[in-house]
Amino acid sequence: MATAEHAATTHQPDRRRYEGIWSWIFTVDHKKIGVMYGVTAVCFFLIGGIEALLIRSQLMFPNGKVVSPDQFNELFTMHGTTMIFLALMPLSVAFFNIVVPLQIGARDVAFPRLNAFSYWVYLFGGLLLNASYLFGGAPNAGWFGYANLTEVPYNHSSYGIDFWILGLQILGVSSMAGAFNFLVTIINARAPGMTFMRMPLFTWMTLVTSFLLILAFPVITVALVELMFDRLFATNFFNPAAGAEPILWQHLFWLFGHPEVYILILPAMGIISDVLPTFARKPLFGYPVVAYSGVAIAFMSWGVWAHHMFSAGLGPVANAVFSVTTMLIAVPTGIKIFNWIGTLWGGSINFKTPLLFALGFIAMFTIGGLSGVMLASPPADWLENDTYFVVAHIHYVLFGGTIFGLFAGIYYWFPKVTGRLLDERLGQIHFWLMLIGMNVTFAGMHVLGMEGMPRRIATYPPGMGWDTWNFIATIGAFTIAVGMLVFIYNFFASVRHGQVAGPDPWDGRTLEWSIPSPPPPYNFARIPIVRARDPFWVQKYGDAGHGHGRVVPMPVAGGAHDAEEARADEHGEGIHMPDPSYYPIVAALGLAVMLAGVILTNLILGNPPGTQPAWPPSWVAFVGLVVFLYGIYGWALEPVSGHSS
Amino acid sequence: MAEASLGGHAAAVETTTGLDHRKMVMWAFLGSECLFFGSLISTYLVYRNRSLTGPFPQDTFDIPYTSVSSFVLLMSSLTMVLALAAIQRGNVRGMRTWLVATGLLGSVFLGGQVYEFTTFIAHGLSLSRNLFGTTFFVLTGFHGAHVTVGVVILFSLFLNSLRGKLTRENSLVVELAGLYWHFVDVVWVVIFTVVYLLPY
Repeated sequence: MATAEHAATTHQPDRRRYEGIWSWIFTVDHKKIGVMYGVTAVCFFLIGGIEALLIRSQLMFPNGKVVSPDQFNELFTMHGTTMIFLALMPLSVAFFNIVVPLQIGARDVAFPRLNAFSYWVYLFGGLLLNASYLFGGAPNAGWFGYANLTEVPYNHSSYGIDFWILGLQILGVSSMAGAFNFLVTIINARAPGMTFMRMPLFTWMTLVTSFLLILAFPVITVALVELMFDRLFATNFFNPAAGAEPILWQHLFWLFGHPEVYILILPAMGIISDVLPTFARKPLFGYPVVAYSGVAIAFMSWGVWAHHMFSAGLGPVANAVFSVTTMLIAVPTGIKIFNWIGTLWGGSINFKTPLLFALGFIAMFTIGGLSGVMLASPPADWLENDTYFVVAHIHYVLFGGTIFGLFAGIYYWFPKVTGRLLDERLGQIHFWLMLIGMNVTFAGMHVLGMEGMPRRIATYPPGMGWDTWNFIATIGAFTIAVGMLVFIYNFFASVRHGQVAGPDPWDGRTLEWSIPSPPPPYNFARIPIVRARDPFWVQKYGDAGHGHGRVVPMPVAGGAHDAEEARADEHGEGIHMPDPSYYPIVAALGLAVMLAGVILTNLILGNPPGTQPAWPPSWVAFVGLVVFLYGIYGWALEPVSGHSS
Repeated sequence: MAEASLGGHAAAVETTTGLDHRKMVMWAFLGSECLFFGSLISTYLVYRNRSLTGPFPQDTFDIPYTSVSSFVLLMSSLTMVLALAAIQRGNVRGMRTWLVATGLLGSVFLGGQVYEFTTFIAHGLSLSRNLFGTTFFVLTGFHGAHVTVGVVILFSLFLNSLRGKLTRENSLVVELAGLYWHFVDVVWVVIFTVVYLLPY
């Protein structure tokens, strides 16, 4: 990104510059932050994957002895928490960062420093959560941490739950900060002519997801705060002995938790809604309906949470209502699936890896959606609840759905970020290993669930009829792992030696393909004026390309005037980009230390878990507060120079 | 808030809607806060009248006392409006006066809360005593924390204006602080009604 520095220094000689690693640590550039998000999320994905492989190794044979029951509890808790909060969500955010400003014709996000802050808070939160392994034991009460399994009387052998509570709160700050940023960026920083109904679907779904994030995360924050107070200050929020009802945790958690499911899937749906038209060389079928279905899903996701609690005994009326709302939410989802198929219908299909993953998404997500409709019926749910049937369902949705969608995005936008294509042959091998691997792993789990194998059991005796499918599932899990190794090799090989992509390797439709790969720091030398949906396609081929799948080549870009201006701006001269800043990382570090201090002081003093922190406030937290305030004040008082556009 | 520079350097940015980025994010933030306080208030309501042991709310509250401190907080919204009106007319001195007044009224409210908490604890109520203590202290405590942040922001703005950094051109910063402050006031109106005024 040295060119930006170069361009700007011609105007501001005293401008701060950072080289090498510091240019990443202090960056406020949305593309660099997106890359850091992506790399970090893939690392956590691998950690979560290793946890999954340990789980599958333990269950490969009856009476498994690979890990102890306690370690098994930690593994499935950390696997779920890591995959959801540290891998899938941040990987979606990586795409928000890299793609959204490019798709709406912006030079950066609305709040570049807040964006850097989100990333660093995410990193520190993830590290804190995983540090629990080093300090006596990881969280062990499942990713949804039901009270009172998480309360001190039942869980005091380690600080694991405290790490979990504080880690998730820190990650919540990161998610919300990011969501505020993208909400404002999408509503308020679009290029002229980029109306809502011209926005690419990925940008649409990012907007919807941002609304879900800022409204859902406060709810889990309150639940976590109440649990934290129960553990540290002996309050009674989930203490039945004081008249409380631990089921309050379930309501608060799932009131967050179900929107969270759509926070995980909507960005992936957005990705494939952009990938399918590109590789079918046709506009998205029923664009407005696909967009509005995403909005409808987001609204309805607030009215279905108790379907996670059918077996908790809410009564027939509540169960019936939530059963109906849950089945209803399948309608907009089904509409999307039909529209994706309609997009492919009659298209001139270009079978590249991104499309393969998108097709995999449609097929696998449909299977997961159907088992979801089965679970929406309370009588069926009572049989399947807490069995491997639910494990199969969640993995068809989140692995077959979200992860396939995210990999479609990785193969699709990798050339935009790096300037080089991922190797196509290795990509296809990766896809088939993943597709076969996930079906071998998870399809049999439906059967295991029907045969009554409960989830979260550390081992099982032989002769239950579960041996075969468990063995097969483990084989599948290692197949997925091989697929991931292929991907990692492909990644490193292609970053260095991949085929040079050029600005528009896929014959793209949206604005990100109209600029060089990798994009210059200022993205657009000239802010584009958008005159149609799929603006770059229309610019290339004219309106005739719409609806017919027939391309009508036209001269690229506008007239001579445009070309002249583009040349004048070739080096982005006169474009002021935001300065790098170190306050975001300082504030993020302070925040993490402040919250971690709540447990660290007890840990350092050697107090047992659940001890009330020393008062006056634990000194580590105090140090964190001072650092945090320094970061925030420095941030607020830092001159904002060279704002984009 | 990110680019909400307390200094006078915030560049005017052309936006799609014409609304400043910072103002839009403040509204989004307040929307998010509604869910935060909504969840805490819901918890309070779910556990209302469910304490197994005393002290109970009816033995504890001194409603005339809390009414006075609520009135003080509501009046601080008026002085906040006056501070913004002053700077929008370019009256820096007037803005300083009203910012300090707002901060002091907020501090009086906080002092009242500290006194109230101390009295309740002296009467045997505590975080762990019963469900009422648990839900009451956490709900009103988080509100008090929000007021504290607001007071810190107000005095920070005041100090920054002494450095000549707060002018008519960036009165938006005062407006944003005002939005936050009024929100915290409105939340108190709800809490006061739900927690204190509804008969037990």
